[in-house]
Amino acid sequence: MTNHIIQLDDVSFSYDHSIVLDHIHLEVGEGEFWALIGPNGSGKSTLINIILGLLKPSSGSVELFGSDINSFKHRERIGYVSQKSNSFNSGFPATVLEVVRSGLTRKSGLFRSFSKKDEQKALKSLGIVGMESFARQNIGELSGGQQQRVFIARALVGEPDLLIMDEPTVGIDQQNVASFYSMLNELNRDHGIAIVLVTHEIDLVTDLATHVACLNRSIHFHGIQSDYKKMDDEDISNWYGHPVRRVHQFETEVDQ
Amino acid sequence: MISAILSYEFLQNAFLSGLIIGFIAPLLGLFIVVRRLALIADALSHVALAGIAGSLYLSQQVLFFTGLNPVYFGIASAVGGSLLIEKLRGMYRHYEELAIPVILSAGIGFGAIFISLSKGFGSDLVGYLFGSVSAVSRQDLVIVIVIAIIVIAYIRFLYKELFVLSFDPDYAKVSGVNSKYIQMVFMVITALVIGASMRIVGILLVSSLMTIPVAAAMQQAKSFKGAMIYSIIFGEAAVIVGLIIAYYLDIAPGGTIVVTSIGILLFVLTWKKIQGKRNARIVEEGIV
Ligand SMILES: Nc1ncnc2c1ncn2[C@@H]1O[C@H](COP(=O)(O)OP(=O)(O)OP(=O)(O)O)[C@@H](O)[C@H]1O
Ligand SMILES: [Mg+2]
Repeated sequence: MTNHIIQLDDVSFSYDHSIVLDHIHLEVGEGEFWALIGPNGSGKSTLINIILGLLKPSSGSVELFGSDINSFKHRERIGYVSQKSNSFNSGFPATVLEVVRSGLTRKSGLFRSFSKKDEQKALKSLGIVGMESFARQNIGELSGGQQQRVFIARALVGEPDLLIMDEPTVGIDQQNVASFYSMLNELNRDHGIAIVLVTHEIDLVTDLATHVACLNRSIHFHGIQSDYKKMDDEDISNWYGHPVRRVHQFETEVDQ
Repeated sequence: MISAILSYEFLQNAFLSGLIIGFIAPLLGLFIVVRRLALIADALSHVALAGIAGSLYLSQQVLFFTGLNPVYFGIASAVGGSLLIEKLRGMYRHYEELAIPVILSAGIGFGAIFISLSKGFGSDLVGYLFGSVSAVSRQDLVIVIVIAIIVIAYIRFLYKELFVLSFDPDYAKVSGVNSKYIQMVFMVITALVIGASMRIVGILLVSSLMTIPVAAAMQQAKSFKGAMIYSIIFGEAAVIVGLIIAYYLDIAPGGTIVVTSIGILLFVLTWKKIQGKRNARIVEEGIV
């Protein structure tokens, strides 16, 4: 048996009466980079919240790193960027450095204070997203895209084995999106970090991801990237419920 | 003044207690304000009122209670109230803020009943409502010191956890912070600080000492550490100035402390505005 980092077994979820997730099976293995795609309201964020234990599934089971989510102890192994990270109280008195360092809370241990080393780790992580010069600034005084980069740094600071990101690039400019994705690629390829990325940028990301899952209440496709690329646009449009046309970057380059 | 403090024990008690709560009330208050829980402090202080009023009434009726310090009752009922708020907040998931007015009204309701039963306001009660320079006993001071040690240890050892929990509760949960437990203790600690502060600033003004210095600090500070330091400085300034004025005018210190802290807040706001204008002018002139 291969070691699964995430294993969802027959997971269903409903808010009050409407079923949002319907019998989901999904396995994420070591070193895999999954793109989770689907239209608005298809249940992507809900699924992420279930994987993280923020929501309890109505039925089915969730395992992280081989242990049941309810008894899973090593939360420092997960880095997380939520879809609404920057909906925090913008008057909050905290510097960028303090926010990023808070990603080490669990790793530093209970009852312990942060050390000088923790601060250096936070600065290094800020360097990765190109924000180290903002370290001493108030987080509320940054632009939305800059804040988002800070939250990415917070997810990376603990050197996680699994990165879960819900539309992390929303509000980030094109150049920084490109460098963010190449950073993800590097983390995945060179450091073997498993990644689950929720995104609407399907063309960009399916070239990077090793695996793709299409969600719309239930999983309509999941498998390796090359199989996903062989699918018809028409099939994907059916799952989305509206026409989708994928642009394959390599093909367009050849065309030119 | 200094010589008076050196020679009278009651003044020593009052000033030492004042200095301690000037430290812990804004320190804890910072976490309360950034988590938007300021009303909870208010609700709990009114529950403490019910406890104090109840104990004053019982001391008229039952011999056993006559020798007992009402502060214990105030603290106990505030702690009870804090646990009740937590419970209610859990039950009304989508209307968490509903728990606060319910508890607040309950506090005032019971308080009113006990006050009426004891045939109105004694001078004791007025001291508890608005604070007192002369009524702080050695025993009160000891209670304040013990509470201060608990509060400072709690914040010192759970600083990281409290920070994440305040800034981003969901993220705290994902990163494995035991939010539920820390939150429960947080409520009890808040009740303790209210209990410690009521002798000096009074039940009705406790929550102001926890929030107004913080409001001023948040105007000044960029970092959380900075906000913490400013909060304590402003809190101490308000308590010291307030106590001195109250001593010379022979009035309740609660009022003078809170009015001083509002003065500090106004000063900080004005200062910020002036600085903002100056900066704007520099920019304009730079362009011209
Ligand atoms: N708190 C909630 N209460 C009730 N229904 C909800 C709640 N949150 C989400 N839903 C519903 O659940 C469904 C899935 O929502 P979810 O946020 O998981 O979608 P998503 O795939 O992340 O969408 P998006 O691309 O817009 O982020 C939607 O139909 C939404 O209306
Ligand atoms: Mg979503």
